[in-house]
Amino acid sequence: MIEVQGLTRTYGTFTAVDNISFSCVPGTVTGFLGPNGAGKTTTMRVMVGLTPASSGKVTIGGHLYKDIPNPGRHVGVLLDASAQHAGRTGREILELGATTMGLPSSRVDEMLELVSLTPTEAKRRLRNYSLGMKQRLGIAHALLGDPSVLILDEPANGLDPAGIRWMRGLLKGYAERGGTVLLSSHLLHEVEQIADEMILIGNGKIVAQGDKKTLLAGAAAKGGGVHSYATALDNAALAAALTAKGITVAGAGDGLRIEAESVEVGRAALEAGVVLTDLRGGEGGLEDLFLELTAETQREAIS
Amino acid sequence: MSAIHTLDVSGTAKTPFHRLVRVELRKSYDTRAGFWLLLSIALIVLAAEIIVLAVTTVQDEAIAFGDFIGVAAFLTSFLLPVLGIMVLTTEWSQRSAMVTFSLEPRRPLVIAAKALVGVLLTLATVAIAIGIGAVCTLLYRLIEGHADWTFGWPDMFAFLLTQVLAMLGGFALAALLLNTPAAIVAFFVYKWVLPPLFFAGAALMGWFDSLRPWIDFQSSQEAIWDWSSSGEDWAQLVVSGIVWLVIPLAIGIRRVLRAEVK
Ligand SMILES: Nc1ncnc2c1ncn2[C@@H]1O[C@H](COP(=O)(O)OP(=O)(O)OP(=O)(O)O)[C@@H](O)[C@H]1O
Ligand SMILES: [Mg+2]
Repeated sequence: MIEVQGLTRTYGTFTAVDNISFSCVPGTVTGFLGPNGAGKTTTMRVMVGLTPASSGKVTIGGHLYKDIPNPGRHVGVLLDASAQHAGRTGREILELGATTMGLPSSRVDEMLELVSLTPTEAKRRLRNYSLGMKQRLGIAHALLGDPSVLILDEPANGLDPAGIRWMRGLLKGYAERGGTVLLSSHLLHEVEQIADEMILIGNGKIVAQGDKKTLLAGAAAKGGGVHSYATALDNAALAAALTAKGITVAGAGDGLRIEAESVEVGRAALEAGVVLTDLRGGEGGLEDLFLELTAETQREAIS
Repeated sequence: MSAIHTLDVSGTAKTPFHRLVRVELRKSYDTRAGFWLLLSIALIVLAAEIIVLAVTTVQDEAIAFGDFIGVAAFLTSFLLPVLGIMVLTTEWSQRSAMVTFSLEPRRPLVIAAKALVGVLLTLATVAIAIGIGAVCTLLYRLIEGHADWTFGWPDMFAFLLTQVLAMLGGFALAALLLNTPAAIVAFFVYKWVLPPLFFAGAALMGWFDSLRPWIDFQSSQEAIWDWSSSGEDWAQLVVSGIVWLVIPLAIGIRRVLRAEVK
């Protein structure tokens, strides 16, 4: 649905987005991940024609964005929730959007309700909105035209934990009904729970892409290694049983860090008759991969 | 690419221009800043006319309907350009252009809608000014027992056209600069600083004296009020209009079309 083909955007001698290509498929949520300044926002801005591409192009459902008639009815866009007149009320902002798209004002009420902004809050001016309220309004604006494609730049920015969970459900349901969702973030754990596909970008280049499994397999192949964490009533016995199987074990906090999949640990515990109180797969594999892949572009050195 | 990956847009109509105009019109008054600008234009005209009425009746001076209009025209000739500026620059200073242009990527249409809103508000201002002028003339008649209703269609037309041109002057500078304070300063330089410079230049240099009518948009607008019969006067209006309206607008629009909207 969204096709990015050889997209490059330069500012003077600086290349913000460097020859990237990827596509987003209907029925899926695609997570666009990368550290600060990686080029996520720039890519999304090119998608909707706010920034011209230096070379390459983006099509949405086979069209250039500027060729889509009444684009708000097809593509929902949230790039910057505070890019609105601070003196307008939340409701008025949605009313203007609805009028432009040719929608009745009942649609505004539906959207306000959907994002849980109360009628009193909707009457407040945007300058008096909290970060999360602005974000909710931005999401409402993106959904106004009931689009089939959503392009959201850091939609979870400023949302409280309940709000983040709500948004996750919303976007998942949206994709399940056949919608195409592209959302950006720099928080891996935020994206991995909803994204079917992930695109990792660093320094304007795509460093890895695929679903979570593919990425993890890639991480394992790179030597990142699969690992898990376990805590048992008798840690020493568990460690001995695992070591006997030739598995590397190290102490980690109250429990153990084991260089094997959690299923192996469970089996060893069963055979050794040790009671496990906690067993987790090493989700850190993806986190490590993300940090490693984007290492050169990271501002902080990774310890 | 499979069919499922294409977006069927055949059933969607392009956003009609009248809808863009309606939205832009609403944007001109739905914020406190916009609302007060419009209201102040009306209130300033009203206050000035009341003062003129009070002074003339107290001093038993003669005043015509057309004089009241003249007072209004003098005031609106610098209030309306500020309106023309605000209509355009607010989108940039408030960054809402990002949303406006993602909902309507055909940017020239958005700018045209804004210009039309400026013209509509100018027409409304002119109508209100004429209304206030008529009421004042009527009051003058009640107090003084007589009134002079001299104000013909040519005057009405000249009033309207000069006000539209004034508003568009502000709009053009706004398109060029895309920044409210810069455009307002530029407008006041054009309005107050340039005429004396033109005057001095013409007095000192003979060649400039003959060039001046062709580049002085403000003085060439006299042709409209005088309903001049000289073709040269109108040619000067057109040429100076190109210098002060068409060129800045063209450069400004080109800039808006290419600009990265942040
Ligand atoms: N107009 C511009 N002129 C110069 N450099 C720019 C311009 N716009 C963006 N950049 C640069 O392009 C790079 C990519 O910026 P972008 O906003 O796309 O990053 P991002 O991935 O969205 O980061 P974040 O996660 O912090 O939002 C940055 O280094 C930024 O400074
Ligand atoms: Mg960004």
